[in-house]
Amino acid sequence: MRNVAIIGTGHTKFGVRTDVNLQELAWEAVKQALEEANLEQNEIQYFVVGNVGNWSSEELPAVIVGEYCNLTPKGTMRVEAACSTGSAAIRDAYLAIKSGEVDIALVVGVEQMHQAPNPQVVELIGRAGGYFWEFENFGLTFPGYYALHASAYMAKYGMKEEDLGKIAIKNHYYGARNPYAQFQKEITMEEYLKSKPVAYPLKLLDSSPITDGAAAIVLASEEVARKITDSPVWIVSQGVASGTANLSRRTDFTHIEAAQIAAQQAYKKAGIEFDNAWKNFDVADVHDCFTIAEIMAYEDLGFAKRGEGYLLAREEQTYIGGKIPVNVDGGLKAKGHPIGATGVSMAVSIARQLLYRAHKGTQVEVRNGMGITHNVGGTGHYAYVTIYSTRRPSK
Amino acid sequence: MSLNEIRDKMQKEISQSLTILDNVIKTTKLPIVNEQKTNNPLWIDVREIDLRYQVPVKKIIKFFEGLREGKVLATKCPKCGSVYFPPQDDCPKCKISNLDWIEMPKEGEIVAYTIINVKPPSFSHYQDYVVGIARMSNGVNVLSWVRAKEVKVGMKVRLEVVERKPEGYLTYELVPMG
Ligand SMILES: [Zn+2]
Repeated sequence: MRNVAIIGTGHTKFGVRTDVNLQELAWEAVKQALEEANLEQNEIQYFVVGNVGNWSSEELPAVIVGEYCNLTPKGTMRVEAACSTGSAAIRDAYLAIKSGEVDIALVVGVEQMHQAPNPQVVELIGRAGGYFWEFENFGLTFPGYYALHASAYMAKYGMKEEDLGKIAIKNHYYGARNPYAQFQKEITMEEYLKSKPVAYPLKLLDSSPITDGAAAIVLASEEVARKITDSPVWIVSQGVASGTANLSRRTDFTHIEAAQIAAQQAYKKAGIEFDNAWKNFDVADVHDCFTIAEIMAYEDLGFAKRGEGYLLAREEQTYIGGKIPVNVDGGLKAKGHPIGATGVSMAVSIARQLLYRAHKGTQVEVRNGMGITHNVGGTGHYAYVTIYSTRRPSK
Repeated sequence: MSLNEIRDKMQKEISQSLTILDNVIKTTKLPIVNEQKTNNPLWIDVREIDLRYQVPVKKIIKFFEGLREGKVLATKCPKCGSVYFPPQDDCPKCKISNLDWIEMPKEGEIVAYTIINVKPPSFSHYQDYVVGIARMSNGVNVLSWVRAKEVKVGMKVRLEVVERKPEGYLTYELVPMG
Protein backbone atom coordinates (compact mmCIF):
# COMPACT_ATOMS: atom_id res chain seq x y z
CA MET A 1 0.00 0.00 0.00
CA ARG A 2 1.19 3.48 -0.86
CA ASN A 3 1.50 6.64 1.18
CA VAL A 4 -1.02 9.40 0.48
CA ALA A 5 -0.46 13.13 0.93
CA ILE A 6 -2.43 16.36 0.79
CA ILE A 7 -0.88 18.52 -1.92
CA GLY A 8 -3.46 21.31 -2.16
CA THR A 9 -6.11 22.88 0.07
CA GLY A 10 -9.08 25.18 -0.47
CA HIS A 11 -11.51 26.82 1.93
CA THR A 12 -14.36 29.30 1.50
CA LYS A 13 -15.66 31.86 3.92
CA PHE A 14 -18.18 30.06 6.13
CA GLY A 15 -21.49 31.65 7.12
CA VAL A 16 -24.71 32.65 5.41
CA ARG A 17 -23.70 32.45 1.77
CA THR A 18 -26.73 33.69 -0.14
CA ASP A 19 -24.35 35.27 -2.66
CA VAL A 20 -23.62 31.92 -4.35
CA ASN A 21 -25.41 28.65 -5.08
CA LEU A 22 -24.16 25.19 -4.06
CA GLN A 23 -21.93 24.57 -7.09
CA GLU A 24 -20.55 28.11 -7.11
CA LEU A 25 -19.68 27.70 -3.44
CA ALA A 26 -17.93 24.37 -4.14
CA TRP A 27 -15.96 25.97 -6.99
CA GLU A 28 -14.50 28.62 -4.66
CA ALA A 29 -12.83 25.86 -2.63
CA VAL A 30 -11.99 23.62 -5.61
CA LYS A 31 -10.33 26.48 -7.51
CA GLN A 32 -8.15 27.34 -4.51
CA ALA A 33 -7.11 23.70 -4.02
CA LEU A 34 -6.27 23.25 -7.72
CA GLU A 35 -4.19 26.42 -7.71
CA GLU A 36 -2.31 25.37 -4.59
CA ALA A 37 -1.55 21.98 -6.12
CA ASN A 38 -0.71 23.66 -9.43
CA LEU A 39 -2.92 21.18 -11.27
CA GLU A 40 -5.49 21.41 -14.04
CA GLN A 41 -8.83 19.62 -13.82
CA ASN A 42 -7.84 17.02 -16.43
CA GLU A 43 -5.05 15.86 -14.09
CA ILE A 44 -7.61 14.98 -11.39
CA GLN A 45 -8.41 11.31 -11.94
CA TYR A 46 -11.28 10.95 -9.47
CA PHE A 47 -13.29 13.29 -7.25
CA VAL A 48 -15.56 12.77 -4.27
CA VAL A 49 -18.27 15.16 -3.11
CA GLY A 50 -19.24 15.23 0.56
CA ASN A 51 -22.75 16.62 0.89
CA VAL A 52 -25.64 15.71 3.16
CA GLY A 53 -28.24 17.85 1.44
CA ASN A 54 -32.04 17.76 1.93
CA TRP A 55 -31.96 21.47 2.72
CA SER A 56 -30.55 22.38 -0.68
CA SER A 57 -32.33 21.96 -3.99
CA GLU A 58 -30.03 19.75 -6.03
CA GLU A 59 -30.75 16.06 -5.55
CA LEU A 60 -27.50 14.73 -7.10
CA PRO A 61 -24.87 17.21 -5.93
CA ALA A 62 -21.74 15.28 -6.97
CA VAL A 63 -22.66 15.56 -10.63
CA ILE A 64 -23.79 19.18 -10.35
CA VAL A 65 -20.52 20.13 -8.64
CA GLY A 66 -18.41 18.10 -11.06
CA GLU A 67 -20.04 19.74 -14.06
CA TYR A 68 -19.63 23.25 -12.67
CA CYS A 69 -15.98 22.65 -11.71
CA ASN A 70 -15.15 21.09 -15.11
CA LEU A 71 -14.28 17.75 -13.53
CA THR A 72 -16.71 15.73 -15.68
CA PRO A 73 -16.30 12.97 -17.01
CA LYS A 74 -14.04 11.82 -14.17
CA GLY A 75 -15.55 9.24 -11.83
CA THR A 76 -17.35 10.55 -8.78
CA MET A 77 -19.75 9.81 -5.97
CA ARG A 78 -21.64 11.66 -3.32
CA VAL A 79 -20.72 10.64 0.23
CA GLU A 80 -22.91 10.94 3.32
CA ALA A 81 -21.82 10.31 6.89
CA ALA A 82 -23.91 12.99 8.62
CA CYS A 83 -21.66 15.59 10.27
CA SER A 84 -18.57 13.49 9.44
CA THR A 85 -19.40 13.43 5.73
CA GLY A 86 -16.25 15.40 4.88
CA SER A 87 -14.02 12.86 6.60
CA ALA A 88 -15.85 10.03 4.87
CA ALA A 89 -15.24 11.74 1.52
CA ILE A 90 -11.54 12.01 2.38
CA ARG A 91 -11.54 8.32 3.28
CA ASP A 92 -12.92 7.34 -0.11
CA ALA A 93 -10.29 9.31 -2.05
CA TYR A 94 -7.54 8.24 0.35
CA LEU A 95 -8.34 4.55 -0.14
CA ALA A 96 -8.60 5.00 -3.92
CA ILE A 97 -5.03 6.31 -3.97
CA LYS A 98 -3.66 4.00 -1.32
CA SER A 99 -4.90 0.96 -3.19
CA GLY A 100 -3.23 2.09 -6.41
CA GLU A 101 -6.50 2.64 -8.27
CA VAL A 102 -5.72 6.32 -8.97
CA ASP A 103 -2.77 8.68 -8.32
CA ILE A 104 -4.51 12.03 -7.87
CA ALA A 105 -7.95 12.64 -6.40
CA LEU A 106 -9.90 15.69 -5.29
CA VAL A 107 -12.22 15.85 -2.29
CA VAL A 108 -14.76 18.62 -1.93
CA GLY A 109 -17.12 18.99 1.00
CA VAL A 110 -19.95 21.43 0.42
CA GLU A 111 -23.16 22.29 2.22
CA GLN A 112 -25.65 25.08 1.80
CA MET A 113 -28.07 24.82 4.68
CA HIS A 114 -29.60 28.25 4.14
CA GLN A 115 -31.42 27.19 1.01
CA ALA A 116 -34.15 25.98 3.39
CA PRO A 117 -35.76 28.15 6.10
CA ASN A 118 -34.23 27.65 9.58
CA PRO A 119 -37.28 25.95 11.21
CA GLN A 120 -37.31 23.32 8.45
CA VAL A 121 -33.56 22.80 8.95
CA VAL A 122 -34.23 22.14 12.66
CA GLU A 123 -36.89 19.63 11.60
CA LEU A 124 -34.60 17.89 9.10
CA ILE A 125 -31.65 17.62 11.50
CA GLY A 126 -33.93 16.33 14.26
CA ARG A 127 -34.92 13.48 11.96
CA ALA A 128 -31.24 12.52 11.74
CA GLY A 129 -31.40 10.49 14.95
CA GLY A 130 -33.24 7.18 15.15
CA TYR A 131 -36.10 8.74 13.20
CA PHE A 132 -39.10 6.56 13.95
CA TRP A 133 -38.68 5.93 17.67
CA GLU A 134 -36.94 9.06 18.80
CA PHE A 135 -38.05 11.88 16.50
CA GLU A 136 -41.51 10.93 15.22
CA ASN A 137 -42.86 10.41 18.71
CA PHE A 138 -40.63 12.42 21.00
CA GLY A 139 -39.38 15.32 18.88
CA LEU A 140 -35.73 15.21 19.77
CA THR A 141 -33.76 18.00 18.17
CA PHE A 142 -30.09 17.81 17.32
CA PRO A 143 -29.05 19.89 20.34
CA GLY A 144 -31.39 17.60 22.30
CA TYR A 145 -29.36 14.51 21.46
CA TYR A 146 -26.17 16.11 22.76
CA ALA A 147 -28.02 17.66 25.71
CA LEU A 148 -28.83 14.12 26.89
CA HIS A 149 -25.08 13.48 27.02
CA ALA A 150 -24.45 16.81 28.77
CA SER A 151 -26.96 16.10 31.55
CA ALA A 152 -25.59 12.59 32.09
CA TYR A 153 -22.01 13.87 32.11
CA MET A 154 -22.77 16.68 34.57
CA ALA A 155 -24.55 14.30 36.92
CA LYS A 156 -21.74 11.76 36.83
CA TYR A 157 -18.65 13.97 36.98
CA GLY A 158 -19.81 17.23 38.54
CA MET A 159 -19.05 19.39 35.51
CA LYS A 160 -20.56 22.88 35.72
CA GLU A 161 -22.26 25.02 33.10
CA GLU A 162 -19.26 27.36 33.23
CA ASP A 163 -16.97 24.54 32.11
CA LEU A 164 -19.02 24.21 28.92
CA GLY A 165 -18.87 28.00 28.64
CA LYS A 166 -15.07 27.82 28.65
CA ILE A 167 -15.20 25.80 25.42
CA ALA A 168 -17.48 28.32 23.73
CA ILE A 169 -15.32 31.24 24.87
CA LYS A 170 -12.10 29.61 23.59
CA ASN A 171 -13.59 28.72 20.22
CA HIS A 172 -15.03 32.22 19.75
CA TYR A 173 -11.64 33.67 20.77
CA TYR A 174 -10.02 31.85 17.85
CA GLY A 175 -12.98 32.33 15.52
CA ALA A 176 -12.45 36.07 15.98
CA ARG A 177 -8.97 35.57 14.47
CA ASN A 178 -10.06 33.39 11.53
CA PRO A 179 -11.28 35.38 8.51
CA TYR A 180 -13.06 32.24 7.21
CA ALA A 181 -15.14 31.88 10.39
CA GLN A 182 -18.88 32.51 10.55
CA PHE A 183 -18.58 34.25 13.94
CA GLN A 184 -15.57 36.53 14.19
CA LYS A 185 -16.49 37.81 17.61
CA GLU A 186 -15.27 36.98 21.11
CA ILE A 187 -17.82 36.22 23.83
CA THR A 188 -17.73 36.58 27.62
CA MET A 189 -18.82 34.15 30.35
CA GLU A 190 -21.63 36.55 31.21
CA GLU A 191 -22.96 36.50 27.64
CA TYR A 192 -22.61 32.73 27.61
CA LEU A 193 -24.56 32.22 30.84
CA LYS A 194 -27.31 34.55 29.67
CA SER A 195 -27.71 33.02 26.23
CA LYS A 196 -31.06 31.53 25.21
CA PRO A 197 -31.83 27.91 26.26
CA VAL A 198 -32.03 25.55 23.31
CA ALA A 199 -32.16 22.10 24.94
CA TYR A 200 -31.34 22.02 28.63
CA PRO A 201 -28.53 22.21 29.69
CA LEU A 202 -27.38 23.50 26.30
CA LYS A 203 -27.83 27.12 25.26
CA LEU A 204 -27.49 28.98 21.99
CA LEU A 205 -23.83 29.68 22.79
CA ASP A 206 -23.18 25.95 23.31
CA SER A 207 -24.29 25.28 19.76
CA SER A 208 -22.66 25.42 16.37
CA PRO A 209 -24.65 27.45 13.85
CA ILE A 210 -26.47 26.56 10.63
CA THR A 211 -23.84 27.26 7.99
CA ASP A 212 -23.03 27.40 4.29
CA GLY A 213 -19.50 26.60 3.22
CA ALA A 214 -17.11 24.47 1.22
CA ALA A 215 -13.61 23.06 1.62
CA ALA A 216 -11.46 21.02 -0.75
CA ILE A 217 -8.22 19.06 -0.75
CA VAL A 218 -6.17 17.44 -3.47
CA LEU A 219 -4.68 14.08 -2.51
CA ALA A 220 -1.85 12.32 -4.33
CA SER A 221 0.21 9.16 -4.13
CA GLU A 222 3.74 9.49 -2.75
CA GLU A 223 5.36 9.29 -6.17
CA VAL A 224 3.17 12.04 -7.63
CA ALA A 225 3.23 14.18 -4.49
CA ARG A 226 7.05 14.23 -4.55
CA LYS A 227 7.01 15.65 -8.10
CA ILE A 228 4.42 18.32 -7.34
CA THR A 229 5.36 19.71 -3.95
CA ASP A 230 8.19 19.82 -1.44
CA SER A 231 5.75 20.28 1.43
CA PRO A 232 3.25 17.41 1.40
CA VAL A 233 1.13 16.71 4.46
CA TRP A 234 0.81 12.96 4.82
CA ILE A 235 -2.22 11.07 5.99
CA VAL A 236 -0.61 8.80 8.57
CA SER A 237 -3.70 6.80 9.47
CA GLN A 238 -7.44 6.93 9.81
CA GLY A 239 -9.80 5.13 12.17
CA VAL A 240 -13.49 4.72 11.43
CA ALA A 241 -16.35 3.34 13.50
CA SER A 242 -20.13 3.47 13.86
CA GLY A 243 -22.65 3.62 16.69
CA THR A 244 -26.39 3.04 17.12
CA ALA A 245 -28.93 5.42 15.61
CA ASN A 246 -31.26 4.90 18.57
CA LEU A 247 -29.59 6.68 21.47
CA SER A 248 -31.49 4.51 23.91
CA ARG A 249 -29.60 1.47 22.62
CA ARG A 250 -26.36 2.82 24.11
CA THR A 251 -25.06 1.89 27.50
CA ASP A 252 -23.17 5.08 28.24
CA PHE A 253 -24.18 8.71 27.75
CA THR A 254 -20.97 10.33 28.97
CA HIS A 255 -18.81 9.52 25.97
CA ILE A 256 -19.05 8.68 22.28
CA GLU A 257 -18.03 5.06 21.94
CA ALA A 258 -17.60 5.15 18.14
CA ALA A 259 -15.16 8.06 18.48
CA GLN A 260 -13.05 6.21 21.01
CA ILE A 261 -12.95 3.10 18.81
CA ALA A 262 -11.95 5.22 15.79
CA ALA A 263 -9.21 6.89 17.85
CA GLN A 264 -7.84 3.56 19.06
CA GLN A 265 -7.73 2.31 15.46
CA ALA A 266 -5.95 5.41 14.17
CA TYR A 267 -3.45 5.33 17.06
CA LYS A 268 -2.73 1.65 16.58
CA LYS A 269 -1.99 2.11 12.87
CA ALA A 270 0.22 5.12 13.67
CA GLY A 271 2.00 3.38 16.55
CA ILE A 272 0.72 5.89 19.12
CA GLU A 273 -0.22 4.92 22.66
CA PHE A 274 -3.73 5.93 23.72
CA ASP A 275 -2.72 7.25 27.12
CA ASN A 276 -0.93 10.56 26.71
CA ALA A 277 -1.69 10.50 22.98
CA TRP A 278 -1.76 14.32 23.08
CA LYS A 279 2.05 14.39 23.41
CA ASN A 280 2.34 13.35 19.75
CA PHE A 281 0.32 16.24 18.35
CA ASP A 282 0.92 19.96 17.88
CA VAL A 283 -2.73 20.68 17.20
CA ALA A 284 -6.13 19.00 17.09
CA ASP A 285 -9.45 19.80 15.43
CA VAL A 286 -12.26 18.00 17.27
CA HIS A 287 -15.99 17.82 16.69
CA ASP A 288 -17.54 20.58 18.83
CA CYS A 289 -21.00 20.75 17.27
CA PHE A 290 -21.97 21.41 20.88
CA THR A 291 -19.58 22.30 23.71
CA ILE A 292 -20.17 18.98 25.48
CA ALA A 293 -18.94 17.19 22.34
CA GLU A 294 -15.53 18.85 22.67
CA ILE A 295 -15.25 17.78 26.33
CA MET A 296 -16.10 14.18 25.41
CA ALA A 297 -13.63 14.37 22.49
CA TYR A 298 -10.78 15.18 24.90
CA GLU A 299 -11.50 11.91 26.68
CA ASP A 300 -12.31 9.79 23.64
CA LEU A 301 -8.95 10.83 22.11
CA GLY A 302 -7.03 10.08 25.31
CA PHE A 303 -6.10 13.75 25.90
CA ALA A 304 -7.69 13.51 29.36
CA LYS A 305 -8.71 10.66 31.64
CA ARG A 306 -12.36 9.60 31.70
CA GLY A 307 -14.37 12.21 33.60
CA GLU A 308 -11.58 14.79 33.53
CA GLY A 309 -12.07 16.34 30.10
CA TYR A 310 -13.83 19.37 31.51
CA LEU A 311 -10.79 20.10 33.66
CA LEU A 312 -8.70 20.63 30.51
CA ALA A 313 -11.20 23.31 29.53
CA ARG A 314 -11.37 24.77 33.04
CA GLU A 315 -7.56 25.05 33.19
CA GLU A 316 -7.42 26.47 29.65
CA GLN A 317 -5.03 23.73 28.54
CA THR A 318 -6.42 23.65 25.02
CA TYR A 319 -5.42 27.19 24.06
CA ILE A 320 -2.21 27.75 22.03
CA GLY A 321 0.63 27.37 24.52
CA GLY A 322 -1.34 24.85 26.60
CA LYS A 323 -1.02 21.09 26.80
CA ILE A 324 -2.68 20.58 23.40
CA PRO A 325 -4.23 23.37 21.30
CA VAL A 326 -7.71 22.32 20.17
CA ASN A 327 -9.99 24.00 17.61
CA VAL A 328 -7.78 27.04 17.22
CA ASP A 329 -9.55 27.72 13.91
CA GLY A 330 -12.68 28.51 15.94
CA GLY A 331 -14.07 24.99 15.80
CA LEU A 332 -17.55 24.21 14.58
CA LYS A 333 -18.82 26.53 17.29
CA ALA A 334 -17.39 29.74 15.78
CA LYS A 335 -16.02 28.73 12.39
CA GLY A 336 -19.40 27.18 11.53
CA HIS A 337 -20.61 23.68 10.72
CA PRO A 338 -21.59 23.25 7.05
CA ILE A 339 -22.23 19.56 7.67
CA GLY A 340 -20.79 18.04 4.47
CA ALA A 341 -17.80 20.40 4.43
CA THR A 342 -16.80 20.19 8.10
CA GLY A 343 -14.45 17.18 7.88
CA VAL A 344 -12.65 18.60 4.85
CA SER A 345 -12.40 21.97 6.58
CA MET A 346 -10.73 20.23 9.53
CA ALA A 347 -8.18 18.64 7.17
CA VAL A 348 -7.46 22.03 5.58
CA SER A 349 -6.99 23.63 9.01
CA ILE A 350 -4.58 20.96 10.21
CA ALA A 351 -2.59 20.87 6.95
CA ARG A 352 -2.18 24.65 6.98
CA GLN A 353 -1.20 24.59 10.67
CA LEU A 354 1.53 22.02 10.05
CA LEU A 355 2.87 24.14 7.17
CA TYR A 356 2.84 27.34 9.27
CA ARG A 357 0.12 28.80 7.07
CA ALA A 358 -2.57 29.38 9.72
CA HIS A 359 -4.13 32.82 10.19
CA LYS A 360 -2.43 35.35 12.46
CA GLY A 361 -3.22 34.64 16.10
CA THR A 362 -4.23 31.05 15.39
CA GLN A 363 -0.87 29.49 14.45
CA VAL A 364 0.44 26.88 16.89
CA GLU A 365 4.08 26.07 17.42
CA VAL A 366 4.91 23.00 15.33
CA ARG A 367 7.27 20.69 17.20
CA ASN A 368 6.24 17.18 16.20
CA GLY A 369 4.87 18.02 12.77
CA MET A 370 1.77 16.04 13.61
CA GLY A 371 -1.94 16.94 13.93
CA ILE A 372 -5.21 15.08 14.39
CA THR A 373 -8.85 15.51 13.41
CA HIS A 374 -11.83 13.99 15.24
CA ASN A 375 -15.06 14.17 13.25
CA VAL A 376 -18.28 12.67 14.63
CA GLY A 377 -21.36 12.16 12.48
CA GLY A 378 -24.73 12.35 14.17
CA THR A 379 -24.29 11.69 17.87
CA GLY A 380 -21.70 9.00 17.34
CA HIS A 381 -23.56 7.33 14.50
CA TYR A 382 -20.30 7.69 12.60
CA ALA A 383 -16.81 8.59 13.76
CA TYR A 384 -13.62 9.34 11.84
CA VAL A 385 -10.25 10.05 13.46
CA THR A 386 -7.46 11.02 11.07
CA ILE A 387 -3.79 11.67 11.80
CA TYR A 388 -1.74 14.03 9.61
CA SER A 389 2.03 14.58 9.55
CA THR A 390 4.72 16.48 7.69
CA ARG A 391 6.94 13.44 8.17
CA ARG A 392 6.54 10.63 5.67
CA PRO A 393 4.89 7.59 7.31
CA SER A 394 7.26 4.62 7.44
CA LYS A 395 4.66 2.03 6.44
CA MET B 1 -55.09 24.15 19.75
CA SER B 2 -56.27 21.16 17.75
CA LEU B 3 -54.09 19.69 15.06
CA ASN B 4 -56.32 21.12 12.35
CA GLU B 5 -56.17 24.59 13.87
CA ILE B 6 -52.38 24.33 13.89
CA ARG B 7 -52.34 23.18 10.29
CA ASP B 8 -54.68 26.02 9.32
CA LYS B 9 -52.36 28.50 10.99
CA MET B 10 -49.31 27.08 9.22
CA GLN B 11 -51.15 26.92 5.88
CA LYS B 12 -52.19 30.55 6.32
CA GLU B 13 -48.55 31.58 6.74
CA ILE B 14 -47.61 29.58 3.64
CA SER B 15 -50.48 31.18 1.68
CA GLN B 16 -49.31 34.63 2.73
CA SER B 17 -45.79 33.99 1.50
CA LEU B 18 -47.16 32.54 -1.73
CA THR B 19 -49.26 35.65 -2.25
CA ILE B 20 -46.12 37.75 -1.89
CA LEU B 21 -44.34 35.49 -4.37
CA ASP B 22 -47.27 35.75 -6.82
CA ASN B 23 -47.08 39.53 -6.64
CA VAL B 24 -43.34 39.47 -7.22
CA ILE B 25 -43.78 37.31 -10.31
CA LYS B 26 -46.63 39.54 -11.52
CA THR B 27 -44.57 42.70 -11.28
CA THR B 28 -41.12 41.41 -12.26
CA LYS B 29 -41.98 38.29 -14.28
CA LEU B 30 -39.48 36.35 -12.13
CA PRO B 31 -39.77 34.54 -8.74
CA ILE B 32 -36.75 36.40 -7.38
CA VAL B 33 -36.78 38.28 -4.07
CA ASN B 34 -33.93 40.11 -2.40
CA GLU B 35 -32.80 38.80 0.97
CA GLN B 36 -33.41 41.44 3.63
CA LYS B 37 -30.00 41.48 5.32
CA THR B 38 -27.66 41.33 2.32
CA ASN B 39 -29.96 42.28 -0.55
CA ASN B 40 -28.74 39.13 -2.35
CA PRO B 41 -31.24 37.97 -4.98
CA LEU B 42 -32.79 34.58 -4.18
CA TRP B 43 -34.88 32.46 -6.56
CA ILE B 44 -37.81 31.18 -4.51
CA ASP B 45 -38.75 27.64 -5.54
CA VAL B 46 -42.14 27.61 -7.28
CA ARG B 47 -42.45 23.81 -6.74
CA GLU B 48 -43.26 22.36 -3.36
CA ILE B 49 -42.88 18.99 -1.64
CA ASP B 50 -45.59 18.08 0.83
CA LEU B 51 -44.46 14.70 2.07
CA ARG B 52 -45.39 12.21 4.77
CA TYR B 53 -43.66 8.86 4.78
CA GLN B 54 -45.47 5.52 5.02
CA VAL B 55 -43.47 3.31 7.37
CA PRO B 56 -44.27 -0.45 7.27
CA VAL B 57 -45.00 -1.82 10.76
CA LYS B 58 -46.32 -5.28 9.94
CA LYS B 59 -43.47 -7.11 11.66
CA ILE B 60 -43.98 -5.20 14.91
CA ILE B 61 -47.74 -4.72 14.85
CA LYS B 62 -47.94 -6.59 18.19
CA PHE B 63 -46.21 -3.63 19.80
CA PHE B 64 -49.03 -1.31 18.75
CA GLU B 65 -51.68 -3.86 19.76
CA GLY B 66 -49.92 -3.98 23.14
CA LEU B 67 -50.32 -0.22 23.56
CA ARG B 68 -54.10 -0.69 23.19
CA GLU B 69 -53.97 -3.09 26.16
CA GLY B 70 -51.91 -0.59 28.15
CA LYS B 71 -48.69 -2.57 27.74
CA VAL B 72 -45.26 -1.51 26.44
CA LEU B 73 -43.81 -4.56 24.71
CA ALA B 74 -40.31 -5.53 23.71
CA THR B 75 -39.04 -8.56 21.79
CA LYS B 76 -36.81 -11.27 23.18
CA CYS B 77 -34.76 -13.76 21.20
CA PRO B 78 -35.63 -17.31 22.35
CA LYS B 79 -32.15 -18.47 21.34
CA CYS B 80 -29.71 -15.89 22.76
CA GLY B 81 -32.00 -14.04 25.15
CA SER B 82 -31.33 -10.58 23.67
CA VAL B 83 -34.09 -8.09 24.52
CA TYR B 84 -34.87 -5.53 21.83
CA PHE B 85 -36.40 -2.16 22.62
CA PRO B 86 -37.44 -0.46 20.40
CA PRO B 87 -38.82 -3.85 19.37
CA GLN B 88 -37.69 -5.71 16.24
CA ASP B 89 -38.75 -9.12 15.03
CA ASP B 90 -35.36 -10.25 13.75
CA CYS B 91 -32.40 -11.27 15.90
CA PRO B 92 -29.41 -10.43 13.69
CA LYS B 93 -27.08 -12.22 16.11
CA CYS B 94 -28.85 -15.58 15.73
CA LYS B 95 -30.27 -14.81 12.27
CA ILE B 96 -33.76 -15.89 13.36
CA SER B 97 -37.15 -14.15 13.24
CA ASN B 98 -40.50 -14.41 15.06
CA LEU B 99 -39.02 -13.47 18.41
CA ASP B 100 -40.98 -13.72 21.66
CA TRP B 101 -42.95 -10.68 22.84
CA ILE B 102 -42.42 -9.66 26.46
CA GLU B 103 -43.72 -6.79 28.52
CA MET B 104 -41.17 -4.13 29.48
CA PRO B 105 -40.79 -3.66 33.25
CA LYS B 106 -42.63 -0.66 34.62
CA GLU B 107 -39.86 0.68 36.83
CA GLY B 108 -36.73 2.51 35.84
CA GLU B 109 -34.30 5.30 36.62
CA ILE B 110 -33.45 8.41 34.57
CA VAL B 111 -29.90 8.27 33.16
CA ALA B 112 -30.07 11.31 30.86
CA TYR B 113 -32.58 14.02 30.02
CA THR B 114 -33.12 17.33 28.28
CA ILE B 115 -35.80 19.98 27.92
CA ILE B 116 -36.51 20.92 24.31
CA ASN B 117 -36.95 24.68 24.07
CA VAL B 118 -36.24 25.24 20.39
CA LYS B 119 -38.69 22.89 18.69
CA PRO B 120 -39.04 21.56 15.15
CA PRO B 121 -42.08 23.07 13.36
CA SER B 122 -43.96 19.75 13.58
CA PHE B 123 -43.64 19.90 17.39
CA SER B 124 -44.33 23.62 17.70
CA HIS B 125 -47.85 23.09 19.05
CA TYR B 126 -46.54 21.46 22.25
CA GLN B 127 -45.27 23.22 25.36
CA ASP B 128 -41.53 22.76 25.97
CA TYR B 129 -41.17 19.02 26.58
CA VAL B 130 -38.78 16.89 28.61
CA VAL B 131 -37.13 13.96 26.81
CA GLY B 132 -35.47 11.39 29.03
CA ILE B 133 -33.72 8.06 28.82
CA ALA B 134 -34.50 5.64 31.65
CA ARG B 135 -32.68 2.42 32.42
CA MET B 136 -35.47 -0.03 33.22
CA SER B 137 -35.16 -2.70 35.89
CA ASN B 138 -34.21 -5.30 33.23
CA GLY B 139 -31.26 -3.12 32.14
CA VAL B 140 -32.90 -2.06 28.85
CA ASN B 141 -33.24 1.66 28.11
CA VAL B 142 -36.39 3.52 27.11
CA LEU B 143 -36.34 6.98 25.55
CA SER B 144 -39.53 9.02 25.77
CA TRP B 145 -41.12 12.16 27.11
CA VAL B 146 -40.96 12.53 30.87
CA ARG B 147 -44.17 13.86 32.38
CA ALA B 148 -42.56 16.15 34.95
CA LYS B 149 -41.38 19.74 35.23
CA GLU B 150 -38.37 18.88 37.40
CA VAL B 151 -36.20 15.98 36.33
CA LYS B 152 -32.93 14.69 37.74
CA VAL B 153 -30.50 11.98 36.74
CA GLY B 154 -31.19 9.11 39.14
CA MET B 155 -34.89 9.94 39.49
CA LYS B 156 -37.15 6.86 39.71
CA VAL B 157 -39.78 6.69 36.97
CA ARG B 158 -42.63 4.47 35.83
CA LEU B 159 -43.33 3.55 32.20
CA GLU B 160 -46.93 4.23 31.20
CA VAL B 161 -49.04 4.05 28.07
CA VAL B 162 -50.63 7.43 27.39
CA GLU B 163 -52.73 9.13 24.76
CA ARG B 164 -50.77 11.86 22.98
CA LYS B 165 -52.75 15.10 22.91
CA PRO B 166 -53.90 16.79 20.78
CA GLU B 167 -53.40 14.07 18.12
CA GLY B 168 -55.01 11.37 20.26
CA TYR B 169 -52.75 8.41 19.36
CA LEU B 170 -51.32 5.94 21.86
CA THR B 171 -47.70 6.21 22.91
CA TYR B 172 -45.65 5.80 26.09
CA GLU B 173 -44.18 8.15 28.66
CA LEU B 174 -42.02 8.10 31.76
CA VAL B 175 -43.78 9.36 34.88
CA PRO B 176 -42.06 10.17 38.20
CA MET B 177 -42.79 7.61 40.93
CA GLY B 178 -44.24 8.43 44.30
ZN1 LIG C 1 -30.63 -14.15 19.25
